[in-house]
Amino acid sequence: MMADKIQERILAEVADLHSVPTGAYNIRANGETASRNTTANIDIVTKAGKNGIDINIKSGTKGESVHIPVVISETGIDETVYNDFNIGDDCDVVIVAGCGIHNSGDYDSKHNGVHRFFVGKNSKVKYVEKHYGEGDGNGKRIMNPGTEVYIDENSSVEMEMVQIKGVDSTERSTIAKLNAGAKLIVRERLMTHGKQSAFSDYVTELNGDGSAVDIVSRSVAKDESYQKFDSKIIGNCSCNGHTECDAIIMDSARVVAVPALEANSIDAMLVHEAAIGKIAGEQLTKLMTLGLTREEAEEQIIGGFLK
Amino acid sequence: MTAFKEPLLHVEGLKQHFRITRHYTTKAVDGISFDIYPGETYGLVGESGSGKSTTGRTLIRLYEPTAGKIIFDGTDITDMDITDRAKLGISFAFQQPVRFKGIYVLDLLRIAAKKQLTVSEACEYLSAVGLCAKDYINREINGSLSGGELKRIEIATVMARGTKLSVFDEPEAGIDLWSFQNLIKIFEQMRSNIKGSILIISHQERILNIADEIVLIADGKIKNHGSKDELLPELLSQTASRGLCAKFPQEV
Repeated sequence: MMADKIQERILAEVADLHSVPTGAYNIRANGETASRNTTANIDIVTKAGKNGIDINIKSGTKGESVHIPVVISETGIDETVYNDFNIGDDCDVVIVAGCGIHNSGDYDSKHNGVHRFFVGKNSKVKYVEKHYGEGDGNGKRIMNPGTEVYIDENSSVEMEMVQIKGVDSTERSTIAKLNAGAKLIVRERLMTHGKQSAFSDYVTELNGDGSAVDIVSRSVAKDESYQKFDSKIIGNCSCNGHTECDAIIMDSARVVAVPALEANSIDAMLVHEAAIGKIAGEQLTKLMTLGLTREEAEEQIIGGFLK
Repeated sequence: MTAFKEPLLHVEGLKQHFRITRHYTTKAVDGISFDIYPGETYGLVGESGSGKSTTGRTLIRLYEPTAGKIIFDGTDITDMDITDRAKLGISFAFQQPVRFKGIYVLDLLRIAAKKQLTVSEACEYLSAVGLCAKDYINREINGSLSGGELKRIEIATVMARGTKLSVFDEPEAGIDLWSFQNLIKIFEQMRSNIKGSILIISHQERILNIADEIVLIADGKIKNHGSKDELLPELLSQTASRGLCAKFPQEV
């Protein structure tokens, strides 16, 4: 395992890893695989010809997890990594991804992670992805995750994506296609500060009867940062779709929310909600009457909002 | 040495005017003075629009007063902000409690108590306000709670603070009959446990019954001020004759 203190700390931030994880894992550090473990049911294979890995999960795998964190602690790294998850039928697995960049140098460090999920029938997948950046150099910390999710009949995928600190620029693109009875739940938490910018773009196609998607994004934009949330749900059948963006705007930040719905079937039930506003004055007042300063009150409110 | 007790709160010539247009200013509170003594319970009464809630809110510095002086526990707090007044020992239960996203009942009680209350400690406050503690401790303080539930949690946070002065702005509003009876018990408990002073802003004569003293406000001025025994009968006959109490049934 890695001896580097910086890398250890970043791993704890992005993947809650404090030691070697149990189960299958692949840890990528500064552009190469640092360590890997496979199990009887979960195989990890390096891709030929391009950066990345195939994670193959056998049908019937239950109660297992895969960790695939990425750590960058050198300045000037620019990589694109392609990871494919092939998940069989009747599985119940947890996948923990995440990327942490420590950039103390003057060159930009950039990680583009392209994750594709091919989920079989009757499976249950939980995916957790955390992005984190730190370091006091002039070089930027850039992450552009691309995610594609293909969910077959009666499977459900729950995705939790968090980016709270230190990423200068991010462009997230997520595409999902759902077959009959498939479900997708997305919970996105985002905070930007300084001059950061974050784009988040979702396109979900509901292609099979009984499919459902629920996308909820909660974000806080501070200082002079900029956020754009774009979520489109296309209902092609009897299905349920809900997308929600709830943003707190502070200082001189800007937030754009563009929810979009496209119903191509009379039985498609699609809903969108978007709300952008500053912290409610009465919430601050209430916490201040309990003895918190304005700053402490703001911290509590934001902490709760992004929980 | 004086033989008299020093007041905990001394309000002198308090004015709270709001400028509505260039040519019109409403004088919500217009020069009122009163004292609150340690360990005593006060009722601040008056019709809607009389200035009683504004007075209460000015005590926690929700507004900057137009004129006047407020002394609390020997300190001039007239220019002190909300946080510092709270830290000094003033609590306020809002008429309409605020909702939060992602803040839980336990979080709020811990903030109020200024310590990491254990779940069982927190549960005691909830039980006191008639909420089945284990059902509520991990509830989010959001739209899923009813007005009455929020109101009881609001009161629990003030109990958890246990400060020298607790101000309740229309604590009975939005509370059902069952909890109304308990509300009175809560004030009695607070009086014996915390031994702090309580100021209740209310119309409800059954709550005013537990007050030692009553301050009656009309048009932003103090109209009458005296012990409950002196004032309450008079107050009730007046309001009854004007039919005001129809809104606040005396027999429930």
